[in-house]
Amino acid sequence: MAWFRKDRRRRTAQREKLEIPADAWDKCEVCGHVDISEKFERALQVCPGCGYHRRIPGRRYIELLTDAGSFTELFTDMRSADALQFEGYADRLVIAERKAGPQDAMVAGCGTLTGIEINIGAMEFAFMGGSMGSVVGEKVARLADRSVQRSAPLVLVSASGGARMQEGVLSLMQMAKTSAVMARLREAGTPYVSILTNPTTGGVSASYAMQGDVNLAEPGAVIGFAGPRVIKQTIGQDLPKGFQTAEFLVEHGMVDAVVPRPQLRDTTARLLRMMQGLEPAGAAT
Amino acid sequence: MANGFSLDFEKPIVDLERQIESLRRMAADRELDVESEITPLVAKLADLRREIYRGLTPLQRVQVARHPRRPYSLDYINRIFTDFVELKGDRLFRDDPAIVAGWARLDAQPIIVIGQQKGRDTKENLQRNFGMPHPEGYRKALRLMRMAERFRAPVITLIDTPGAYPGLGAEERGQAEAIARNLEEMAALRTSVIAAVIGEGGSGGALGLGLADRVLMMENAIYSVISPEGCAAILWKDASQKERAAEALRLTAQDLHELGIIDEIVPEPPGGAHTDPDGAANTLAACLESHLGELADVEPEERVRQRAEKYRKIGRIVEG
Ligand SMILES: [Zn+2]
Repeated sequence: MAWFRKDRRRRTAQREKLEIPADAWDKCEVCGHVDISEKFERALQVCPGCGYHRRIPGRRYIELLTDAGSFTELFTDMRSADALQFEGYADRLVIAERKAGPQDAMVAGCGTLTGIEINIGAMEFAFMGGSMGSVVGEKVARLADRSVQRSAPLVLVSASGGARMQEGVLSLMQMAKTSAVMARLREAGTPYVSILTNPTTGGVSASYAMQGDVNLAEPGAVIGFAGPRVIKQTIGQDLPKGFQTAEFLVEHGMVDAVVPRPQLRDTTARLLRMMQGLEPAGAAT
Repeated sequence: MANGFSLDFEKPIVDLERQIESLRRMAADRELDVESEITPLVAKLADLRREIYRGLTPLQRVQVARHPRRPYSLDYINRIFTDFVELKGDRLFRDDPAIVAGWARLDAQPIIVIGQQKGRDTKENLQRNFGMPHPEGYRKALRLMRMAERFRAPVITLIDTPGAYPGLGAEERGQAEAIARNLEEMAALRTSVIAAVIGEGGSGGALGLGLADRVLMMENAIYSVISPEGCAAILWKDASQKERAAEALRLTAQDLHELGIIDEIVPEPPGGAHTDPDGAANTLAACLESHLGELADVEPEERVRQRAEKYRKIGRIVEG
């Protein structure tokens, strides 16, 4: 609270408003709260006014969930093969790479979290709606394999509209492939924390995103099998308020907890440490 | 076939069938011997069926796979298996009539059979929700798969669904969780599992019964990540582009075999399974028996390992 007041006083008192460039200000698209961009940024793009969680890139989640400087990205050469020669897909891939980077819809790698080794993948929604094709499926599978081999926990952050239809049934089968590696991970007793962000629907929600030992979700995230539009079309009526939100899923027993973004790191670390029988982070060793 | 629903491209077949039928009726009325005229027509009919069905476009396959007269799960179950005892309910919420399941025998071998079931008429379709399961359907299936594992019986699943139902109750009760759990559990199931796509393999709702040691597909069945109509609506904002989508999605049995996703195509009688359900069932039965035989001698650990390997390889990427 103290820093908040101080900030305000300085701005009004010194009348610096005119000198601050327009892009230094940011406005919440949900509640209209206006604040300096830096404050949104410091709050990990969670609105200081209403708590709305804006979408952030996959790489941002990696920074958030790994110790500074510990992350090594893996499988960076992996690209979709467009095996079906699907009309327009090659062009869309080029555009997606330009817009969101070369990692397809998932950034994958290894690092540490409060000192413990983890394998981590975070989906990149900006890359074709976070759709899961062969690349995402293979990255998830390799991360899980790696977790089994090294007995190192797995953390996956999902943000996806579902399977990538330009890879046809190959993308559908990534649900089966990732589920098979998750079965092995479970068998090996290696912890897996799944973090569901806005949105997590379709093939991703119906496979690895729901298969965590613990499933955590960000506030307000839309999570479901069918997307809201499809359901609305099917039943011919509007959806109840709050339907398919993270809070709704907790209420119906489908995810373990809603965790605000600023607490994700701490919650994940505490869970993983307990699941591995380790002392709390920072405890004297 | 002369009565009831037929598809556009089946018209020449239907016309010829009508012709033969009326000849027969006339002959019976007037006590004439017309066999010499009918025999070549019957031969021509067989040729016509073969010819038309050989050249089906992907969208026409979609139509055949959804043919309202196509054999459904119970039609195959009643023809292929004996001793069928249907078992209902997920023990959690309710019974889902969109999935039928139970113990049965294939030849002498006890098995658990699980299939998505469409309705034959409006009334039955309302009851069976057009073969679109709710989470409780997938949970019933899982309950029975575990039972099969406990009693060392193989599992046979018959896939025929437009998709998992996208509705309020289905979402509330965790459609995504139910399918995700089935996939994970099926991957680890210690007993053998054979899945046969008999009609429509609609996306995750189909796959929810489809992770198996062997995946078979009837010749005119389809299996796709999304319906051609849905794909066209999303990509080209125009559902009428479904023909284009059906081609692009590579959803026929032939396509899936080439992509290495299914193990065998089960041939259908000329003119499609709906023209000869008994013939279709016989072929499927023989195919199921031969795969069950091959899987029988594998140790459970090895079976689970091989199943995981099989799926681990699916996907096409380039590296470096
Ligand atoms: Zn706000």
